[in-house]
Amino acid sequence: MTATPDTPGGAPTLRSWLLTETPTSRRHARYSSFYKGWLSFRSNTMAMIGLGILVALVAIAIFAPLIAPHDPYAQDLGNRLQPLGTDGHVLGTDSLGRDILSRLIFGSRITLYIVALVALIAPIAGLLVGTVSGYAGGFVDSVLMRITDIFLAFPRLVLALAFVAALGAGIENAVLAISLTAWPPYARIARAETLTIRGSDFISAVRLQGAGPLRIIMRHIWPLCVSSLIVRVTLDMAGIILAAAGLGFLGLGAQPPSPEWGAMISEGRRFILDHWWVATMPGLAIFTVSLAFNLLGDGLRDVLDPKDSGS
Amino acid sequence: MPVLWKIASVIGSILVTMLGLLFVTFIIGRVMPIDPVLAIVGERASQSTYDAVYVQLGLDKPLIVQFLYYIGDVVRGDFGISLLNARPVAEDIARVFPATLELATIGVIMGVVLGVPLGVIAAVKRGSWIDQVARVVALVGYSMPIFWLGLVGLLIFYGILGWVGGPGRVGIFYVDVMPTITGLLLVDSLIDGNWAVFKDAFSHIILPASLLGYYSLAYISRMTRSFMLEQLSAEYITTARVKGMSEWSVVWTHAFKNIRVQLITVIALSYAGLLEGSVLTEIIFSWPGIGSYITTALLAADMNAVLGGTVVVGAVFILLNIFSDLLYKFLDPRAK
Repeated sequence: MTATPDTPGGAPTLRSWLLTETPTSRRHARYSSFYKGWLSFRSNTMAMIGLGILVALVAIAIFAPLIAPHDPYAQDLGNRLQPLGTDGHVLGTDSLGRDILSRLIFGSRITLYIVALVALIAPIAGLLVGTVSGYAGGFVDSVLMRITDIFLAFPRLVLALAFVAALGAGIENAVLAISLTAWPPYARIARAETLTIRGSDFISAVRLQGAGPLRIIMRHIWPLCVSSLIVRVTLDMAGIILAAAGLGFLGLGAQPPSPEWGAMISEGRRFILDHWWVATMPGLAIFTVSLAFNLLGDGLRDVLDPKDSGS
Repeated sequence: MPVLWKIASVIGSILVTMLGLLFVTFIIGRVMPIDPVLAIVGERASQSTYDAVYVQLGLDKPLIVQFLYYIGDVVRGDFGISLLNARPVAEDIARVFPATLELATIGVIMGVVLGVPLGVIAAVKRGSWIDQVARVVALVGYSMPIFWLGLVGLLIFYGILGWVGGPGRVGIFYVDVMPTITGLLLVDSLIDGNWAVFKDAFSHIILPASLLGYYSLAYISRMTRSFMLEQLSAEYITTARVKGMSEWSVVWTHAFKNIRVQLITVIALSYAGLLEGSVLTEIIFSWPGIGSYITTALLAADMNAVLGGTVVVGAVFILLNIFSDLLYKFLDPRAK
């Protein structure tokens, strides 16, 4: 991979087309900047490790029935609490004789499901509130930001607990509770971005062309807010996973016999002194995935948002 | 006049935020699928008993009136009666809160004592192995499920090594031995001069407190590092170096002095975080604090206790948040 972009006279390769300094169309420019971002992201080893882990996780979740050696729900009481490395049960079995590895593999689906839902709901809610607030200004802005501040000042886990208590335990309600406590930072970010964009010349130009506020917000402000939101969401993802696992652990998220990792730790907790692996393995799974999100988030921040990179 | 205006606006924002908190808990209390009347009278009560309690609870009034009643109750410190033990929720909370306070306080002290120097050194020796270690320590702290780390810690230090006391606040021999003075067991046993209890309580608190301390260390060291980096790249630091000041005084008397206010803000936030973040830790260590209280009540559908606990934790959290905000505004001239 010797990088000699844009050799004059040479055959136009995809690489030189992507690295060009003079894009020929809007789409060309977009692909080009995306590719340059990817190149700088790729040089970040830790971020690539994070991305690798997550890609593997997605693959595991998609192909769970093919990969898992056993049925995650199949009980085998004669074979309970088998240690690591038992024949046929690499990670042992739990208190009902279910294969821990298979349960972890199927649990990845639940983890991804929760993360994906929260990562959709919370930032979109925040984006709506933040952009409307920032664009409208005045009274609307004060009211919306006051509400955001109130939610921001709440203790998140305790509030999520109370929400789940009211809505009833279950994955969907856990998702809702986490989203309800997670949106305010996104609203803050979106509002700050909107305030800087609002006064710029191209917005005035669009407005002079007759665009209404709805069109300006949706077509011109949202796209510019997205990159900083993505960074923030990725960095928050680990926290979301930990919160969901915490709710599962407390018995308020996914319900048994669902192989949710937090609930698995909770089941294994009773045997921790004699059969440590039952609770330990799901914990390692949670740790690996949230570590991956943190690594990825750090890398993305360096690429998309260089102004406050950590290093 | 501007000072008075400032104070008024601060008090106003505290009031509005608290009102918001109460509104949310009120709504939660209304939408919950548990009928508060049935919870009191039981399923076999006659319709007239049901109606009497319904009216007594004020449920026949408009929602806004009910909300006003609710505010009035909370302001007077009345969170209703717990369904679990038929005692006032406020009394229960007053009993369990010191345990959480003790745990979170020791945790945040550990986080500050270790995290601040770590962050400063990481910033000064940027890119060195210490910086890398600090980075990994923080990254692991951000990624580890606290309840799992607690379990593993319990397994290793209590189950295998036997170095620390097990779950609970104090060994079974010492339960309720101490007269409650402050409610903080370590302080009470010191006041009383009872070394046996102090030692036992210490061996029980050290593991959960270290756990919380680790989490606050992860946050505090990262923030310290980035504040310090910002200062160290400023021109006055170059000037100080050019004037021939020792590295020690450049770092500690110049750069560190300028991040103190920011740091206090971060510490206050981290303390607030620990107060609520101790919920899961308390469950793991059977720590009789407010986190355990709320969770137990939750699983028993004891809504008065859940909402009362939420209001108290929320209020403390909000006050600490606003306190750190204020500190920043008043002490740091750059914020004006």
